[in-house]
Amino acid sequence: MTRLLRDRRGAFGAIVLLSVILCAAAAPLVTSGAPAAQRDIVATRFVAPLSSDAHGVFHPIGTDRFGRDVWTRLVYGARISMGVGVLSVFVSLLLGIAIGAVAGYWQGPISLTLLGLTDFALSLPRVVLLLLLAALWQPSTALVVSVLGLTGWMGIARLVHGEVRTLAARPFVEGAVAVGGRRLRVLARHILPNALTPVIVAAALGLGNAITLEAGLSYLGLGVQPPTPSWGNMMASGRDTLVNAPWVAIAPGVALVLVVIACALLGDALRDQLDPSVRSVAS
Amino acid sequence: MFARLGQRLLTGSAVVLGVVILTFLLLHVAPGDPVRLMLGPTATPEQLAAQRRALDLDKPLPSQFASWVGRFARGDWGTSIAKGRPVRAVLGAAWPATVRLVALSLLLSYLLGLAVGVVQAARSGSRTDTLLSVTSVTLFAIPGYWLGLMLVLVFTYWARLLPAFGAAGFDSDFLTGGAFVADRLRHLILPLATLTVIGIGGAARFVRGAMLDTLHQPFIMTARAKGLAQRRVIGRHALRNALTPIVILLGLSLPALFSGAVFVEAVFAWPGVGRVLVEAVQARDYPVVMAATAVSAVLVVAGNMLADLLAAWLDPRVRSAAA
Repeated sequence: MTRLLRDRRGAFGAIVLLSVILCAAAAPLVTSGAPAAQRDIVATRFVAPLSSDAHGVFHPIGTDRFGRDVWTRLVYGARISMGVGVLSVFVSLLLGIAIGAVAGYWQGPISLTLLGLTDFALSLPRVVLLLLLAALWQPSTALVVSVLGLTGWMGIARLVHGEVRTLAARPFVEGAVAVGGRRLRVLARHILPNALTPVIVAAALGLGNAITLEAGLSYLGLGVQPPTPSWGNMMASGRDTLVNAPWVAIAPGVALVLVVIACALLGDALRDQLDPSVRSVAS
Repeated sequence: MFARLGQRLLTGSAVVLGVVILTFLLLHVAPGDPVRLMLGPTATPEQLAAQRRALDLDKPLPSQFASWVGRFARGDWGTSIAKGRPVRAVLGAAWPATVRLVALSLLLSYLLGLAVGVVQAARSGSRTDTLLSVTSVTLFAIPGYWLGLMLVLVFTYWARLLPAFGAAGFDSDFLTGGAFVADRLRHLILPLATLTVIGIGGAARFVRGAMLDTLHQPFIMTARAKGLAQRRVIGRHALRNALTPIVILLGLSLPALFSGAVFVEAVFAWPGVGRVLVEAVQARDYPVVMAATAVSAVLVVAGNMLADLLAAWLDPRVRSAAA
């Protein structure tokens, strides 16, 4: 852990992600606490950043066209965007680890079927699938999570499959089998814990990806629905007021880019530390 | 070589077929009725039933699918439910715009990314390398729809230099010759720049890695020991060998680029397949969605195959590994 923080990339990534998570968790404390509140719209709309509205309330990043405080929405949006990202990566991890582990440990027709399925899913155009799934059902946060999770497990499954296959031939696994360990137990207790290092890296990179895609879907109006703020639908509403209030679109974009960079750098730093030999292959 | 081509063709068609079946199933499992959307809330049950019969939506699913595949293969792609125009005309007008955008940005971002990555690898560890690394990570992290908005903000609203929308407009129909080309180019600049800038970030990162891997190999040491100039070592020996993974990545990045294009087309109202697809999905326009997904799957698979063949042509080892 200290080695990770000594790496400048790792330190930057960890600090950015931690501060975003802290802000999101402490949202009522660091903001006005009401992301969807619309008070005196005429007097409070389009207040420029770092200035106060007609009622003397200070707005660090200004207000949008309904007079809602952009900073408050940004922080509450972080809850949604980070939450959706983390949960969907979690779904991908569960699916990917399960499929990869089974395909790697049980050779034969099961493995072939699962690998075929993975390769097939990998070659599907992800965004087309996302669009279909998100547009055909009633848009909601839960839908976005499941859709992102269901379309993001393939890379992880491949990684886990490769790891499990090499580990399964190692002496300590043979030993575990020799003392009478049942296959499932050997897989879960002995193989998987050793196979998870590259998965952590993939999860960090996947988080950035999931957050970007969530924002993209919300931007197209297919993701998280207003007035619930998410970074994507904030950008979408900022698009309509780009001329008179550009900060509404700029703020969530900057936040998103920072988080994605943090994920990428943290992932890179982790990879170099966990396994220096794969440095450039997986990017 | 031919065996490889045949195998790729086979798996490629399997993927396209899979995409089409999946799309078909999803469309029919999902809630939402195109006929109801078409006729509006005042339609009587009899009218709904008649329309359904007219569109063949009352038949069992397998027979609907089989008849769709048959008609699609014969070139009869049906009529758009929402627009009333033949699907072929809708897509025929859209796909050149997408291919133009995607192909140009792929070319530009790889050429520039190659240059940046090679410079970085040649001076790895230097200030320049770090600076360029930070830049490429940042560029790669920017979502296309947001970068597009920012470019519109700067170049359209603030600098008043370039048009944001209107690539699909009729204005250009009245222009001829040079003025027509100039108008097309002006509309192309912002969407192309959006996709390309992001692409450069990704390409540079990968090229740097591939070059560094190659530079650490013994034959580079031999080349250096022979007394070759740095320029020649990098250009002739390292780059030539690093090119194979780069070309393969080029093919693999096609789906991502196409995905990016879907969002970028939405931002710039670019009249491409992505926009047609988004509109059609929202309108439950079954025939258009089916054809558009089929076409985009074919584009992606074909791009992958092209990259694969290119890699085999570049690198004899890939060729023999397949045989």
